[in-house]
Amino acid sequence: MKGAGLMRSRLGGFNWVLGAALAALTGAAQALSQPWQLNMTEGVTETSRTVYGIHMLAFYVCCVIGFLVFGAMIVAMFKFRKSRGAVAATWSHNTIAEIIWTVVPIAILIALAWPATTVMIGMAHTEESQMTVKVTGYQWKWGYDYINLGDKPYHVHFISRLDPQSDKTRQLKSGLDPFAVKQGNDQTYLLDVDHPLVLPTDTKIRFVVTGDDVIHAWWVPELGWKQDAIPGIINDAWTNIHDPGIYRGQCAELCGQDHGFMPIVVKAVPMAEFQKWLDEQEAAYAKANAPLAAPAPAIPTPAAPPVATGASAVPTAL
Amino acid sequence: MAIHAAAHYADHAQDDHHNHKPHGFFNRWVFSTNHKDIGTLYLIFAFIMACVGAAFSGVIRTELMKPGLQFVQPYFFNQMTTMHALVMIFGAIMPAFVGLANWMIPLQIGAPDMALPRMNNWSFWILPFAFTILLSTLFMPGGAPAGGWTMYPPLAIQGGNSVAFLVFSVHLMGISSIMGAINIIATILNMRAPGMDLLKMPIFVWSWLITAFLLIAVMPVLAGAVTMLLTDKYFGTSFFNAAGGGDPVMFQHIFWFFGHPEVYIMILPAFGIVSEIIPTFSRKPLFGYQAMVFAIASIAFLSFIVWGHHMFTVGMPLGGELYFMYATMLIAVPTGVKVFNWVSTMWGGSMSFETPMLWAISFVILFTIGGFSGLMLALVPADFQYQDTYFVVAHFHYVLVTGALFAIIGAIYYWWPKWTGRMYNETWAKVHFWWSMVFVNVLFFPQHFLGLAGMPRRIPDYNVAFADWNLVSTIGAYGMFLTPIMMFLILRRSLKSGAPATMHVWEGTHGLEWTVPSPAPFHTFETPPVIHDEDLAHGDITH
Ligand code: HEM
Ligand SMILES: [Cu+2]
Ligand SMILES: [Cu+2]
Repeated sequence: MKGAGLMRSRLGGFNWVLGAALAALTGAAQALSQPWQLNMTEGVTETSRTVYGIHMLAFYVCCVIGFLVFGAMIVAMFKFRKSRGAVAATWSHNTIAEIIWTVVPIAILIALAWPATTVMIGMAHTEESQMTVKVTGYQWKWGYDYINLGDKPYHVHFISRLDPQSDKTRQLKSGLDPFAVKQGNDQTYLLDVDHPLVLPTDTKIRFVVTGDDVIHAWWVPELGWKQDAIPGIINDAWTNIHDPGIYRGQCAELCGQDHGFMPIVVKAVPMAEFQKWLDEQEAAYAKANAPLAAPAPAIPTPAAPPVATGASAVPTAL
Repeated sequence: MAIHAAAHYADHAQDDHHNHKPHGFFNRWVFSTNHKDIGTLYLIFAFIMACVGAAFSGVIRTELMKPGLQFVQPYFFNQMTTMHALVMIFGAIMPAFVGLANWMIPLQIGAPDMALPRMNNWSFWILPFAFTILLSTLFMPGGAPAGGWTMYPPLAIQGGNSVAFLVFSVHLMGISSIMGAINIIATILNMRAPGMDLLKMPIFVWSWLITAFLLIAVMPVLAGAVTMLLTDKYFGTSFFNAAGGGDPVMFQHIFWFFGHPEVYIMILPAFGIVSEIIPTFSRKPLFGYQAMVFAIASIAFLSFIVWGHHMFTVGMPLGGELYFMYATMLIAVPTGVKVFNWVSTMWGGSMSFETPMLWAISFVILFTIGGFSGLMLALVPADFQYQDTYFVVAHFHYVLVTGALFAIIGAIYYWWPKWTGRMYNETWAKVHFWWSMVFVNVLFFPQHFLGLAGMPRRIPDYNVAFADWNLVSTIGAYGMFLTPIMMFLILRRSLKSGAPATMHVWEGTHGLEWTVPSPAPFHTFETPPVIHDEDLAHGDITH
């Protein structure tokens, strides 16, 4: 399968069947989906792993219920056929059975809701983060602002859009081969950008997410969540990436004609490397454009008024 | 069973005094006030709309066959996804159920017609106009609506003037649905034959009674939501415009307050149909009749308080997310009760597998699969991953295509001999079934994989890793496109040369509709039938 040999093994769950062919393949941490992939991946954060666990738990519960219900149906279809001389019973009621199949599902639901609740409480806890990044959705690109790292405010801002190679290939009847769009050995068609969002590993990062024109959604599957980017509203979410690597995602809310063409790329690097990169960016900004070096709250995004109000409320230090 | 001609009853229109059909095509169909003719009109309309909607999905699946854009521009693709959903939901599934209601409710409760026959005519004839307006936007400068059937602002009002046409056609559909619902409620509550107590009614009638209340409750909410879109776009209001102090998320709350009951509007009558078919071919009474009625009612109630599960990623407060998760999971309980009851009806029966039974059994299995993915979607942390991916697309096609649509097809095969007096070719009907069964799964099952692997919904093009399953899905779609043609040919041949049907049609039938001749005469039950409990599908009011 194309390029599969370079991927880290990311298979789990109900694809053991195909797993045999793919499971042994290992490589650098690269978040690209596999051809014929069947299941969600575990991702690279604590949260994404618990999310995956809940997904699998729910899936297994459904398998068991399905096995029982469909099994009973199949047995019934063989046993109680008229062509085999079955005579119809006349009962239409059984109180004990009815109580059981009302109470047992409730118990199962509680068993599912419990871990889900715990995870949700954790995911909602955006406090105590070490840095803040503002994500803004535009038709059809993403804007990133590094607000702070530790106590230090930053003014680094850039726009991230679809890479030129994908962009050329995706034009109607371009005649170009999507399979030929590559970064090294990865087939990155529609999943690559000009400027990735660089983030440190092993750091609690808070995202504040908003939209500039219409609603978008910021989604990198390996991080385990997506968050709508809504004009006039600031949402927050957090992550703490464990493994260095490149993680790819896409806009996940219909936002107009090029909704399919505004990918997200996160490049996770160790803190020291990140710190160096960020300081370089900050220095470049400070030097190159005095007019742009405005105080932190005046984020250079043309935003609807409530957004601007909200944005200035974003803490510049924590 | 005697059919008494020329009895007088209230609310009749010009032709109702006689057992004659009105003369002339125009008089018969355009001015029709006869529940059977109007039912037929609804069903034909739904069939045509299903073909139109299928054509749109043909564009979608063809573009998605391979990575890269081969056929259409992304903006046109978005018009196709939007129009596909609108046409299928409001043009195919809902009118088909109303058509079945028109045909069967009077026959099943022993009424001579619907309570309000002229309104019945009007609620049908609004629909062709509504859809002409909606479909005409395809030919206008700027094209059809492209912001998704969910019409989220601000995107939805960025479109051209198609917005105005969309809003107007939604208003018309709403008027049609509300009038249809009023008519159904009035009929069921007032026109039952003496002795047809509420708890003796066939489940199909029960399911429609409850559905009609849902329709009356939520269609005005949708009308309000789209009207606010209209004034935001054209009259400078800011209901949903953040720059003017409005809130785009408020639209989503209003829309889904309509939207979630709406999805149950499209499934409750299907529950009713399946609860008719399975007992017939199991030759055994429906298991847990009262539990079934109660389950439908509680699903309907719960459907009003779970809308937030469509909005888990908008950034609701934790408490809100938890509430909507718990409430949504609760719906699985009555839904489960229904499935268990169907299986228990089959258990201990004496089953045969004529075509309607095959559709009903496949409904139970495949709808349940859709329910499983629904349960998974209800778990908020997992939904953070699933939301707006092909996993959701797979979920709602399992509940709507193999759920609602399969039940409708099963109902048509079930009651067709009663309507037309002719049987269809059982072998070809089974070919139709097995063909659909295979290809519908080839079409929709891989979409679970695509969603889990990370493919968002509503995109015209995708990374090459998604190529294989998309190709499989498109092959399934092409297989499915043949099924309306098959069905059309099977039914046409039946009309022309099908074997005559008996009064009971199927061996295990119970209920009033099987006490009139096949084909059902133009006027039935002009004098109320005398009801013998043991002839009813459910004559046992103690359970
Ligand atoms: C066990 C019962 C069910 C549960 C727990 C359930 C749950 C859900 C959830 C949580 C979503 C939102 C997914 C998302 O956007 O992230 C959803 C979407 C949807 N469901 Fe269900 N569902 C159930 C049954 C049904 C039924 C019976 C129908 C219709 C016949 C239905 C039709 C839909 C549709 C159309 C959508 C997608 C709407 C859209 O975004 O365009 N569901 N369901
Ligand atoms: Cu988008
Ligand atoms: Cu819902």
